[in-house]
Amino acid sequence: MSVDLSPIDADLLKTLTNVHGIPEGAYNIRKDGELLTRHSSANIEIATKTDYPGIDIRIKDGTKGERVYIPVIVSKAGIKDVVYNTFYIGDNCDVDIIAGCGIHNDSHQASEHDGIHTFHIGKNSRVKYIERHYGEGSGTGDRILNPVTTVYQDENSFCEMEMTQIRGVTSTVRDTDAELGAGAKLVLTEKLLTDGDQKATSNMNIRLIGENSNVQIISRSVAQDNSVQIFNPLVAGEAACHGHVQCDAIIMGKAVVKAIPGIEAAHEDAQLVHEAAIGKIAGDQIIKLMTLGLTEEEAEQEILDDFLN
Amino acid sequence: MLELKNIVFDVAVEEGSSKTKRIIDNISLTIPDDKFVVVTGPNGGGKSTLAKLIMGIETPTSGQILFDGTDVTEMSITDRAKLGIGYGFQQPSRFKGMKVKKLLEIAAGKRLPMLACNEYLSKVGLCSANYLTREVDKSLSGGELKRIEIATLLAADPKLAIYDEPEAGIDLWSFDRLTQTFEAVYKQGNGHSIIIISHQERIIELADDIVCLRDGQIEAAGPAEEIIPQLGLSRKENDYCSFTQPPDLHLTTISTTC
Repeated sequence: MSVDLSPIDADLLKTLTNVHGIPEGAYNIRKDGELLTRHSSANIEIATKTDYPGIDIRIKDGTKGERVYIPVIVSKAGIKDVVYNTFYIGDNCDVDIIAGCGIHNDSHQASEHDGIHTFHIGKNSRVKYIERHYGEGSGTGDRILNPVTTVYQDENSFCEMEMTQIRGVTSTVRDTDAELGAGAKLVLTEKLLTDGDQKATSNMNIRLIGENSNVQIISRSVAQDNSVQIFNPLVAGEAACHGHVQCDAIIMGKAVVKAIPGIEAAHEDAQLVHEAAIGKIAGDQIIKLMTLGLTEEEAEQEILDDFLN
Repeated sequence: MLELKNIVFDVAVEEGSSKTKRIIDNISLTIPDDKFVVVTGPNGGGKSTLAKLIMGIETPTSGQILFDGTDVTEMSITDRAKLGIGYGFQQPSRFKGMKVKKLLEIAAGKRLPMLACNEYLSKVGLCSANYLTREVDKSLSGGELKRIEIATLLAADPKLAIYDEPEAGIDLWSFDRLTQTFEAVYKQGNGHSIIIISHQERIIELADDIVCLRDGQIEAAGPAEEIIPQLGLSRKENDYCSFTQPPDLHLTTISTTC
């Protein structure tokens, strides 16, 4: 399908999808609170919800090597867009899902997008979910993103979630919940960068219900200037299971970071570990890169880029 | 060529204090091109500080540092690196999220093919290509990190490479490989020089020139064949173990509470 995109929209879309223009395969692109374009594939059906604004994405059993793109772009100010996207992923699938929201706001009015995502992942299925959040624009209007992600993993499924807030989001409250069945594994990586007076809160509640379920949470964040970040990851083990929570933050300027990792065990064979570290960039790291020819500013940027890579 | 002229380096005895302690005491030294120089001497003699002054990590209280005729005394670390001075740290930094390949590329100042990266790593005894995608973080052992540090200097290929105790943290079996690498890389006659701070006999024996530092001053300096006999090295026939008289143990002075 041919769709005309403004240069701003095209740039936002590329930042979210890493693809020039409209991606191939199954996709649903939403712009300023409305559907821009959609395409279903033989195995992946995307349909408008009948009760709430949003879409249902149904992926047939055994679908392998396919991708679904569901990016959202907001380039109009004063919009508050709430959308419900529900994924029904069959058994024995292996799929990639690329989502995210890019806001361009040149106005003094706020723009907000709240994506409510629910995933039902079937038995033995493997899902890679990549979500990027990004804000830009010259206006003073807030760029607000409040995603809610809920994951239900069936037996022996594997889900890898990589959620990144790249830059420019004024305010975010992220809620991520998951329930894991027997043998299911979830690897959840969250990367956040805040600067200026931005605020970010990330709440996670992961319940390990099935035997041998396993979750690994990796949170990496950089807080610059006067920004504030709060992390509340909680892992609850209700069976023989493994959980590991790791929060790492680089703090700069007058930023504030609070990391409150929590673990709750309700089974004697639940093995849960958490670790959290907050610190500034070490002077030794900067000096090492300077001895390789980088300036102090280049060294600092390199360290931040790699940390959030 | 590196020239140090009357270098003095004082540090405050404690923060904010006007009282100072002299770490480097009026050192003058010339290191011509194509030289393999080992700086040795007792702990606390000023070896690492001298190396840091050359790289620009510390600035001398007085004196002058010339590199290929350019006065670099006030130059930043970055500018000295661009002129061709490199430094291998005794205790290398770790970088969360940075891949070994990326670090080698930053050192080389360009993108590197996998093959070139593997060559640098194999020269320091890391023979698995898996290392390239490993992160330079706490998942690496101290010895691995140290060898990667040396590999970054090989990739940077500076005109003057300074290594601060490269053997520290490296196991005996890899050490042989490392001395071969130093010999092969820095005895090519391509105008590059190396300064190694070391106490290791096997490294000292590779040197063209040796500088002995004690209490911030040069105790002895000159060609290896002149200086080595003065060092009183206890090299025995056995390459790996030289048994010496065990020191007296004063058990009463050793704390047993920790």
